[in-house]
Amino acid sequence: MKNSIFTIMKKELARFFGDKRMVVSILIPGILIYVLYSFMGGAMGDAFGVDEEYTPTVQAIHLPASMEILLPQTGFAIIAGEDEAAAREAVTDQGLDLLLVFPEDFDRIAAEYEVSSGQPAPNVEIYYNSASTNSSFAYRTVVGLLDAYEAQMVNKFDVNAGGEGYDLATAEDTAGSFFSMMMPLLLMMFLYSGCAAVAPESIAGEKERGTIATMLITPIRRSDVALGKILALSLISMLSAASSTVGTVLALPKMMGGVTDEVSAAIYSIQDYLLLAAVILSAVLVIVTLISILSAFAKTIKEAQTYAMPVMLLAMGLGVSGMFGGGASQELVNYCIPLYNSVQCMVGVFSFSVLPLGVAVTVGINAVVTLLGVFILAKMFNSETIIFSR
Amino acid sequence: MGDILQVQGLTKTFRLSAKQQKLEKSKEKVRTAVNGLSFTAREGEIFGLLGPNGAGKTTTLRMLATLIRPDSGDAVVDGASVVREPDQVRSRIGFLTSELKLEDCFTPNYLFDFFADLHKVDPAVRDQRKRSLFDRFGIDKFAEVKVANLSTGMKQKVSLVVSIVHNPDIIIFDEPTNGLDVLTAKVVTDFLQQLRNEGKTIIVSTHIFSLIEKLCDRVGIIINGKMIVCGELDRVCGGMNLEDRFFEIYRETVGEAE
Repeated sequence: MKNSIFTIMKKELARFFGDKRMVVSILIPGILIYVLYSFMGGAMGDAFGVDEEYTPTVQAIHLPASMEILLPQTGFAIIAGEDEAAAREAVTDQGLDLLLVFPEDFDRIAAEYEVSSGQPAPNVEIYYNSASTNSSFAYRTVVGLLDAYEAQMVNKFDVNAGGEGYDLATAEDTAGSFFSMMMPLLLMMFLYSGCAAVAPESIAGEKERGTIATMLITPIRRSDVALGKILALSLISMLSAASSTVGTVLALPKMMGGVTDEVSAAIYSIQDYLLLAAVILSAVLVIVTLISILSAFAKTIKEAQTYAMPVMLLAMGLGVSGMFGGGASQELVNYCIPLYNSVQCMVGVFSFSVLPLGVAVTVGINAVVTLLGVFILAKMFNSETIIFSR
Repeated sequence: MGDILQVQGLTKTFRLSAKQQKLEKSKEKVRTAVNGLSFTAREGEIFGLLGPNGAGKTTTLRMLATLIRPDSGDAVVDGASVVREPDQVRSRIGFLTSELKLEDCFTPNYLFDFFADLHKVDPAVRDQRKRSLFDRFGIDKFAEVKVANLSTGMKQKVSLVVSIVHNPDIIIFDEPTNGLDVLTAKVVTDFLQQLRNEGKTIIVSTHIFSLIEKLCDRVGIIINGKMIVCGELDRVCGGMNLEDRFFEIYRETVGEAE
């Protein structure tokens, strides 16, 4: 029995690795993802980054004395002027970065204003252009400055007046939080893509080409054919998913370069990666099994790819579910749901909140589902309606 | 010599889809492809199944090869029932039909080893058999060429060799010379005769009269899924040539049925 499974596996792997195009097709996604994400990171950096050489120009109308001292602290060029309409037009045209309109005699009325009076507070109008990176940057800076000035005027208490050091999250926590939100979805998509690229070709393709019947007239057990194919396809899918994952992990720091410098997959230990590999393998087995069963119904590869679409939606939906919920589920029952359990384990590994028993249950449940799938697929291989429906 | 194959009342029906009914302008939902077919084949003979297209020859051979299950009846192949012991039947027969294809991306050499492994042939025996068969069919010249790059004749030779990789005692060939050039067809028919001389039993289905006359010891004529005549070739022909005798039987049968 073992020999027969191994013979089928060898044949499937030989078919795949004998075709250079197919081998390239599993490496290409990883390279493309790396190039694409790096490019996206660079483009985002350009789009949202601020040119440090640039000095934003701010026009102030009715500039109060207090602001004559404060505003220059921003390092912006402050210009005076009274034509509000022309200045607003200049902001729209991006000739001017910011327009500040203070109420006349701002310092006095601000000092006299009582919150308990119920009257509207003096209003400072700040006009900016959100389409311009420099204008947005100037807006955020000036709003921050005014907020700080306002807080100072009515200061009753401070929050975190000591500056930095209050965020107790470690760099690992920050990166873990980021990875646990992004990676389960990406991994599920990569796993689906890897499986969908090979399973329809192997099952429906063999039916379409008439080669599966040639194999089925030998004394080999149908379950051996099914299991041999599923194991080989899972291995190939794992390689494909690994290529995409490596590409993503390498590209993420570049992609997130504009947001944080703390995203690095080096925060995870060998044990974390081993747990992840076990979870991914069990998920791949389930996905390959599902797509193989659907492919067995199909008459052609194209039809099989259509049948596999719901599995993609399922994988995406489950991946998205991992983005919410604040860490892995601690309820063991959630690890009894095939594929959802894999997403929970991935979230757990990436956020350092993995439930070891949950991983064990996940691998066990997914293995049982796979064996059930092998049984169904073997039955299908025995059905003349299925095998000869060409 | 005793009977190595006993076919008893084999029956097979197929459900017709709405599309098929429309295409064939028929209202019947079920079609009987093979209807209570019975015959035997003896050790060391070539038995021919002769009939027009759609007579049920291929369906019969598929049931004997355990690719499809009969609705009723049974066939005992070298002591194993196609209904109850399909795995044993598969290990005792070689089956070749144009419908069964070989993977284009593999070489004859790889495919021979692959099917030998599926039949659990000892590697030493496998290598010896491969040398002998490849030499017999001239496959050694293209043993490392992918099937995709072979001609139809070359592919048929490889299919034939692969189907008998395990040296079965019963060999079932569906239209063995269909689509072959005359040279390859000659190689195949000569090989079938050689196999008979080695004591193998061969069942062939065909609609080519000359092939039956040249090869077969006994013949069964199938029309509309039923065995109309079965016996020694001389007895079936009754002094006529096979073609004339077949059309005489066909007219009698189809005329009676109508």
